[in-house]
Order: sequence, then structure tokens, then C-alpha cells
Amino acid sequence: MAIEGLTMRYAAKTAVDDLSLQVARGSITAVLGPNGAGKTTTLETCEGYRRPQQGRVRVLGLDPVRERRDLLPRIGVMLQGGGAWSGVRAEEMLRHVAALHAHPVDHDLLVERLGLAECGRTPYRRLSGGQQQRLGLAMALVGRPEIVFVDEPTAGMDPQARRTTWELLEELRGDGVTVVLTTHYMDEAERLADTVHIIDHGRLIASGSPLELTRGGSVSTIRLVVTRPFPPGAPESLTAALGPGTNVTLLDSLSLLVTGPADASTLARVSRWCEEQGVLPESLTLGTRSLEDVFLQLTGRELEEHAS
Amino acid sequence: MSAAATGTFTPRPGGAPLRRQVLAQARMEARLMLRNGEQLLLAVVIPVIVLVGAVLGSARVGLDLDGRPVDVFTPGVLALAVMSTAFTSLAIATGFERRYGVIKRLGSSPLPRTGLLAGKVLALLLVELLQLLVVGGVALALGWSPAASAGAVGGAVATAALGTAAFAALGLFVAGVLRAEATLAAANLVYLLLLAGGAVVLPATAYGGFGEVVRWLPSGALGGGMRTALIDGQVALLPLAVLAGWAALGTVLTARTFKWE
Repeated sequence: MAIEGLTMRYAAKTAVDDLSLQVARGSITAVLGPNGAGKTTTLETCEGYRRPQQGRVRVLGLDPVRERRDLLPRIGVMLQGGGAWSGVRAEEMLRHVAALHAHPVDHDLLVERLGLAECGRTPYRRLSGGQQQRLGLAMALVGRPEIVFVDEPTAGMDPQARRTTWELLEELRGDGVTVVLTTHYMDEAERLADTVHIIDHGRLIASGSPLELTRGGSVSTIRLVVTRPFPPGAPESLTAALGPGTNVTLLDSLSLLVTGPADASTLARVSRWCEEQGVLPESLTLGTRSLEDVFLQLTGRELEEHAS
Repeated sequence: MSAAATGTFTPRPGGAPLRRQVLAQARMEARLMLRNGEQLLLAVVIPVIVLVGAVLGSARVGLDLDGRPVDVFTPGVLALAVMSTAFTSLAIATGFERRYGVIKRLGSSPLPRTGLLAGKVLALLLVELLQLLVVGGVALALGWSPAASAGAVGGAVATAALGTAAFAALGLFVAGVLRAEATLAAANLVYLLLLAGGAVVLPATAYGGFGEVVRWLPSGALGGGMRTALIDGQVALLPLAVLAGWAALGTVLTARTFKWE
């Protein structure tokens, strides 16, 4: 699957801005970004729901709009929400979608794997959010597709269901299915994905394996939160005080992130700098660089929602 | 299956044969339509009440009719049944399918849009058959004796088919441009207005001078065509032409305006 120079605009807003990325067969690829970053628009262009305004999209070598009829039986789609009649029973809906395919996955097996037996006779409108998500995933998988697109697969799921879903997505990869997922959960991308594409404001800002992006956890971080706003020029003066090999990012007026060797000498320099600047540290947290920090450094913002 | 393909999810994509997909879709839609209480009320209960009420009521009021009340009213009630399913039920169901993302979801399944449409039409015909059995059964119990000729059967089937096409096209037009709630309101309102003043159950002649107008409505043409067929045993060409015109207009409007999402 390949996207080249995709641009999508709605009214005054550019949802996707000159985006290019590739997805390898049989891998799990995460498109990571905050809400409104253009993830769903990108996915829906690959699914043939939207025509690219600029650029080129190919899925399994096919044009999702012009060769839609050839492509559709080969892909599985999990929408972000809805997709079923309000009065339809969960198992009835799954059987219906299965009947549209030539070689569907065994019904009972899929029901068991996705924990749908407990709500098989429940009308769709009375399913919990997590149950609706699981049914949505089952509908995406039942046709034994070569590639599945899952949009925020674990949003609204309890921790147990999230883990089960992750295991299922890993099993898909094991069986040779290509998985493309969008998420705003850092831990989901870090745990699952072979490749992560981070997008923000419709632009691709970083790509790589979680290990490459975080440099294997070899990079340490220090997060400093102070009681009163930093004086002007604080990041520059702290960078100068710490010397080469470190990177300082101002997160907001009260906190900043230092990336580099978080050893005793760096800590001592940070505290000395606080003393010189007359700022009082409220907290000083050490850690290794996570995808969260990568996103922070690239955008200067935090993802607004965190995984619990 | 190849020996290497051992996993549960090992890709083996492909759509079912189109005929099977259409049948599955029709079965699903008909089942949902009949499960829904309001839809069932509209499809069966109201036509039966109208039939029984009209037959019993006309005797008491002393309405001047060309024939026995049950023979005059039954064709119109069958027309009403077609209208309720092809227009009101279809519009409401489709409106909510758009709202709930069902059409979007099916849009990424192997079922093509023509297949979805064919499934809907088949579901309509299934429900209409059920309506014919129930309404016709009640009418026979009330002593209905329809005209029994080739013209009667041909005229009734052709009128019902073109009536279904006309009302379904108009129903999809409404469902495609309005929000689901507005569709619900509009489809029910139009149904009630046509039931009262659209020459479905009562012949157009019962409306006096206004009858010249209502016979050109799809409701008047459907009711009129059914009456000519089942009372006089003849095929009425003008109502068929009127219905064909409405079907064409509805199709053009729907094709121009319908949004799948």
C-alpha cells in the first residue's frame, strides 16, 4: 500500500497536507496523531470512500476509487462508530456480513474470539461502546481480507478488552494479514506497530519503528515542572548550561523536557541552573524517551488524550 | 485450501456470488422491517383497520357506491398497503440506515450499490406479498369477490409493480435529502395526507371536482389502477402511465440528490 502526496481540503481547512507513506505487506502499521490530525480522512481515502484531491493512493496495487469493486472484497474495514441497524442483533449482523463473502471465518470461532457470545442476541442499540467496537472489528475480519483498516480500534474498550484486541491484531499479522490502524494512544502504537507514522495537522512528522523513534529507550528524559513561569530565554540558557548531547524543549510556561543522558551530573546542572534563574522546581521526573516524548518534541504539544 | 493456509485469519478474500448477496440483503431488510412494531403497524394493522372500518362504516352511513363496499374498498386498501411499504417504510428505514452508517458500512463490503438496491426492492416485494395475504384474507372473510380475469390479474400486478417503483423512488428521494428524523416526520405526514385526500382508498370521483387533480397523484393512479383491475377486470393504461411518470421523476431526483452517508 502506498500514499504519495495526498492532500485533502474541506472548506478552509486542510485535513491532509502532502502526505506520503508506505505500508509493508504482513505488518502492523499505526497512524498516530491527536484527534483531528487527518487520520480518519487518510484511512477513508484508502478505503475508497473519498477521492484524493491531490496525490495518489494505491492499495494492493489498486486505485481505491476506480478499481473499487476489485478492491472491496480484499479489504476489511472497521469504522470509528456505527455501521449496523439499531434493531439488529449482534450475531445476526455478523452473519449477514459473513453471507456477503465467499469464504468467511467460522462464525462461532469469531464470536468466541471477540467475546460476542455474551451479547449475541442483544440489539445493536443496546450494546455497550466496547461491544459495538468488538462487533465492528469482527465485521472487518469476517471476510478474511488481505488488509484490514481499523480506525481507533480500542477507543471505549476496558483494559481487558484492549489487551484481547491487541492479541487478536498480532494474531492477524501472524496469519499474514496487513493491519493498518489509527490511534491516539501512544502505548497502543508502541506495543503493536512494526511501523509508526506520526501525523499532526495532516502532515507526516515522523516515521519508523517504535524502537527507532524512541532510540530503543537509550535516550533518557528529565521532565522539569516549576512553580512560577520560566524567565524568557530559559531553554537556550539551560541548553548552554547542560552542554552538547542534550536537547531542551519548552512544553508550556511551567514545564520543559530535557532529552539526553539523565545522569547525576546532568541532574546537578539542572538544579544549579534553577538556582541561578531563581526558579523553584515543583517536580523533576526521570524517564526514558517514549513515543509521547517524541511527539512532544516534534510538535511542542502533548496528545490531548492519554491511554488509561 | 493450500497446506500452508492454517491460520484462522489467513487471507482468503472474495465476495459471495451476487445473487446470494442480494438474497441475504433482502432477507435481512424484510426481517428488520417486520420486527419493527411501527413498521408492522403501518404495513398490516392500519390497512386492515381501514378495510374493516370502511366496509362496516359505509353500511351505517349509507355511502352511495358502485357495488358492494368490500369489492369497492379492497383494491384501494391493497393500494394503501403498497404505498405504506414502498414509500413510508422504505423512506424511514433508509433514512436511519444513512444515519447509523449502515449504508457506509455496506459500502465497503462486497455488496455493490446495485445489489443493495435490488435487495431493498426484493424485501419490499416480500413484505407486500405478506400484506396481500393478510389484507386479501380479511377481505375474503368479509365476502370480497374480485373480478377474475387475465385483465384483473395483469392489471393489478402491473399497477402494484409500477406503484412500488414510483413510491420507492420518491421514498428514497426523501430519505436521501432529509435527516433521519425529518424523513420520519415527512414520510408519515405524506402517508396520512394521501390516505385522507389522495384517492387511494376512495375513488377519485368521490372528491368531486378535486378528483380531476388527485387522479394525477401517484396515490390516485395506484388506487384507480387497482380498482379498474379488480372491480372491472381491465387494465387501465392512464394510471400506469401516470405511475411510470412518477417513477421516472423520482428516479431522476434520487439519482441527482441521494447521499450515501
